[in-house]
Amino acid sequence: MSVQTWTYILVGITFALYIGIAIWSRAGSTKEFYVAGGGVSPLANGMATAADWMSAASFISMAGIIAFAGYDGSVYLMGWTGGYVLLALLLAPYLRKFGKFTVPDFIGDRYYSNTARIVAVICALLVSFTYVAGQMRGVGLVFSRFLEVDINTGVIIGMIIVLFYAVLGGMKGITYTQVAQYCVLIFAFMVPAIFISIQMTGNPIPQLGMGSTLNDGSGTFLLDKLDGLSTELGFNEYTDGSKSMTDIFAITLALMVGTAGLPHVIVRFFTVKRVKDARKSAGWALLLIAILYTTAPAVAVFARTNMINTVSDQPYADMPEWFSTWEKTELIKFDDKNGDGKIQYVADVKLNELTVDRDIMVLANPEIANLPAWVIALVAAGSLAAALSTAAGLLLVISSSISHDLIKKVLKPEISEKGELWAARGAATVAVVIAGYFGIDPPGFVAAVVALAFGLAAASFFPAIVLGIFYKKMNKEGAIAGMVVGILLMLFYMLKFKFGIFDGGKAAVAGLKESWWFGISPEGFGTVAMLVNFAVSIVVMQFTPPPPQNVQDIVEDIRIPSGAGAATGH
Amino acid sequence: MNDKQQKASAYWKENVRYLFILLGIWFAVSYGAGILFKEALDSIQIGGFKLGFWFAQQGSIYVFVILIFVYVRLMNKLDKKYGYDE
Repeated sequence: MSVQTWTYILVGITFALYIGIAIWSRAGSTKEFYVAGGGVSPLANGMATAADWMSAASFISMAGIIAFAGYDGSVYLMGWTGGYVLLALLLAPYLRKFGKFTVPDFIGDRYYSNTARIVAVICALLVSFTYVAGQMRGVGLVFSRFLEVDINTGVIIGMIIVLFYAVLGGMKGITYTQVAQYCVLIFAFMVPAIFISIQMTGNPIPQLGMGSTLNDGSGTFLLDKLDGLSTELGFNEYTDGSKSMTDIFAITLALMVGTAGLPHVIVRFFTVKRVKDARKSAGWALLLIAILYTTAPAVAVFARTNMINTVSDQPYADMPEWFSTWEKTELIKFDDKNGDGKIQYVADVKLNELTVDRDIMVLANPEIANLPAWVIALVAAGSLAAALSTAAGLLLVISSSISHDLIKKVLKPEISEKGELWAARGAATVAVVIAGYFGIDPPGFVAAVVALAFGLAAASFFPAIVLGIFYKKMNKEGAIAGMVVGILLMLFYMLKFKFGIFDGGKAAVAGLKESWWFGISPEGFGTVAMLVNFAVSIVVMQFTPPPPQNVQDIVEDIRIPSGAGAATGH
Repeated sequence: MNDKQQKASAYWKENVRYLFILLGIWFAVSYGAGILFKEALDSIQIGGFKLGFWFAQQGSIYVFVILIFVYVRLMNKLDKKYGYDE
């Protein structure tokens, strides 16, 4: 059977499964819609969190980015896993004890202020919308490459599926589909990785294969071989980076803190029964995420070595079939500058003849390694699972921010339970349509902003929540000032150094690198903005009245794990 | 301060002490071994891995997972000690 037939079969089966689960787990109350009824088991919540968290970026792009960045790619590996330690130790148990539906709920109640609540809603919407657009784009990309439908049709099919189970089932439907999606995506990621690891090193465990000797009888270590190939072609040594240590440090910290501050991840911990379940499910979530995250760097090494071996200095006419299929999508481009008919792939831009989009490394990897058709199709189904599960989680945050935090808590407190549920469904529908529009017609800034969503989350939510739990005397004036200054500073830095808005646009960006503050890139600036948020909060607090006694009692109460009860909205 | 408050504040103190220790390790394996001392550790090679590189792309992640499960255990014990378990 051909790759395409296999893809239709596997994608068809998984989609039928998601729809079946959605019908079985419809939400009947706002509590089911927002927090799946609050009785999800720690392991199930761990799986759902893992699928929620691992997006098209983790599944499709990350290994590819690492393949081209080498050691510099470590920022994503450490940043996107280390955040869970912060989440488990500093946030999840206490927020679960607090027991409401959303992150703005916590901010609004803890800081006894609807202004704080609205600032939190704006931050949540800003972070979630930028993030969800990237997911829809990923769905379209997979459809267009593997099923050869138009990219827009792909986005629309994805929209309908997500709409179906997010609107019908809310958090309940999303949770159980995410459990299924985790299984699909991890299987799809591991199978080709294991195949290739055996092929190249003889070791079936990719994490070990990465550090083993090559299978070709030379006795050379794979990593040494890759370091050698990289330097030969003029690149940096693979195991050594080109970014400054300060920048690596700042980016890693911004990603960690941003991860811990992402609302769609935090709300997952409202769905378990007890505080101890929240702690445990953070452990499960990270363990399940770590399976993919420790495999990805191995995949990166295999893919990069394979690619260099296949293309470097080889005649263009001898390229295998996958080369021309990907050329059609323009994700691989060859330009025979010296006219010798061979592919020169080197670091020097003037001589280099090959551009490879980093996104295709995972998607093309099974083809490059000549794996059977069903494995290639599996990767397509896995990418879709990763993109859809994250999109659904984000849509829930968007819809609950509007129906619960804005309509119920601020605009129309007398709304009935049923009315709120319908408002939630309506908001989810509108959000899907907007996200789909961004997926079909992405404004140029989306891709860049997705990476910076972490900076925004780090600069806004993380300090406000941590101070709310660990600093009893923190008051509303401090928290609001901190969040506002943090997010504005982050936005300013992003606009200045990522988009060049104040210096004549995109073209100026490269030249501004010299004037980065402390040598920190926009990706890592979340760290600085977070520190500024902390500092502003603490200073403003000194000059303003302390929080009322009942709020201080709430803080005392969330520090004690017993008596959590179910999450409530009232 | 009554008994209940005293118990709560003793519990909180022990909790915070655990956090400092665990986050110390969290910092040491990622920012320490994977970034600040990466160069130095790279002179040690285990199998095909340079040690600093291994910490940055593999080791730190394994330690993170272990840290959370250790935290779960410690806190379950602490909850029991103070009668906060349920």
